[in-house]
Amino acid sequence: MTEEIIIAGFGGQGVLSMGKIMAYSAVMQDMEVSWMPAYGPEMRGGTANVTVIISSERISSPIIRHFDTAIILNQQSLDKFENAIKPGGVLIYDGNGITRHPERKDISVYRVDAAEEAGRMNMSKVFNMIVLGGFIKVRPIIKIENVIKGLKKSLPERYHNLIPLNEKALIRGEEIIREVRLV
Amino acid sequence: MEKELRLMKGNEAIAEAAIRAGVDGYFGYPITPQSEILEYLMEANPYERTGMVVLQAESEIAAINMVYGGAGCGKKVMTSSSSPGISLKQEGISYIAGAELPCLIVNVVRAGPGLGTIQPAQSDYFQSVKGGGHGDYHLIVLAPASVQDMADFVEVGFDLAFKYRNPVLILSDGAIGQMMEKVYLKPYIPRSTVFPEWATTGKTASRERNIITSLDLDPDGQEDFNHKLQAKYDDIKKNEVRFEEFMCEDAEYILIAYGTSARVCQKSVQIARGQGIRVGLLRPITLFPFPSVRISQLAEKVKGMLSVEMSAGQMVEDVLLAVNGKVPVRHFGRMGGIVTTPDEVVDTLKTLFIGGK
Repeated sequence: MTEEIIIAGFGGQGVLSMGKIMAYSAVMQDMEVSWMPAYGPEMRGGTANVTVIISSERISSPIIRHFDTAIILNQQSLDKFENAIKPGGVLIYDGNGITRHPERKDISVYRVDAAEEAGRMNMSKVFNMIVLGGFIKVRPIIKIENVIKGLKKSLPERYHNLIPLNEKALIRGEEIIREVRLV
Repeated sequence: MEKELRLMKGNEAIAEAAIRAGVDGYFGYPITPQSEILEYLMEANPYERTGMVVLQAESEIAAINMVYGGAGCGKKVMTSSSSPGISLKQEGISYIAGAELPCLIVNVVRAGPGLGTIQPAQSDYFQSVKGGGHGDYHLIVLAPASVQDMADFVEVGFDLAFKYRNPVLILSDGAIGQMMEKVYLKPYIPRSTVFPEWATTGKTASRERNIITSLDLDPDGQEDFNHKLQAKYDDIKKNEVRFEEFMCEDAEYILIAYGTSARVCQKSVQIARGQGIRVGLLRPITLFPFPSVRISQLAEKVKGMLSVEMSAGQMVEDVLLAVNGKVPVRHFGRMGGIVTTPDEVVDTLKTLFIGGK
């Protein structure tokens, strides 16, 4: 099993940390991972993206151009990565601020309106965890319990009181994600 | 004690491994994409953990000369930087090689020339393996291809440095420095309290004084020393070549790549094999000494070799020397901070060797 994932959006949306949490969770499940950020001066306020590969085998190239799953959080990233998804792959996107919606018919498209939901629930800080919950629902390669385990391991103790809020956000993401059928 | 599993960036892995390897001192100056080494060391409080000194010098040149001083005292000392900073250090590196002192230098390469860009490249190969500074000298050059290698090569590097009294360079790049992978960290090695007999630790009544210098104004003496250095490099070439092979047994074509490019090429091999092309990968782990003998052996049984590196073609010259005209050798690579993709390598292989895509 190998899942090649790109997460892309604005800097500050928690793109890199979502990838990190994903990677941690996979480590908790004894899998191989690589987390490769597009680093550079464009990170502040600009676009941010990270490639996460989760595999049961040793990972070859951490840098790839085609992905099984794309998690897209803004229009620029949708424009850039929609065509980088392998045929039969998965596109998950947040509809917030999207004016040109996905058009490909040879992939499965899912929409998770996490920004709107985070606003409604008054928990904008865990926006990315709502998205991650949506991902886990569609691609159950990592388990929520391992996400929590990963958070416990990677977060300093003084932030552990925030873990229940993150769990709530993950579950909410699982609930609100829905498939978009393009006819 | 068991090994500890962590998820870390390559830069962080080097820093943590240095503390655990019993390093006495790190001297550095920040530059992207390797600043996490200094940042991690500052935050990890190594002075309290092992007594290791971590110091941000006023410049790269100051840092390498602090390394020169520490190494002269027989201490395990290191520095790190990225390409433009490594260029600044070259005078000091040449002096350290000339004074035959052990130390570890890390270059997390970014694209050049000049300030270039902060994205990954492999365009410092010539500088790393052919000298870099002035005079006839070589560094021992290790090329990590994973975060695990970044951690492991600290200890390997110091072992080689002290074995041969020679500076060792870890030649990494921005991609391996910035990416996170699983890494198993080794248990602590205590900092050494015994120093080599050549170290300048203060003269005692019972022995001659030790002198550390790279200066000999007598040409005959200097030439003798040059011969001694060259004999040492020959020993290193004989004993320390390291490489890794991936599906080379039945290969008709061989990719040769190190570091990030070696990871990319592993995937290229898988893609090409899926299309029925028998390709293998030889990954040099030491760039000096270079696995010339093995490449020359492989040249006897394959149809061609493609050297893949993120440069205009530097390592390919060493491949050409090793192959010595037996089979065609070509170069492929992106520049300017762009990482070659696995598909590009396969397409190039087909275009250059097989004809058509």
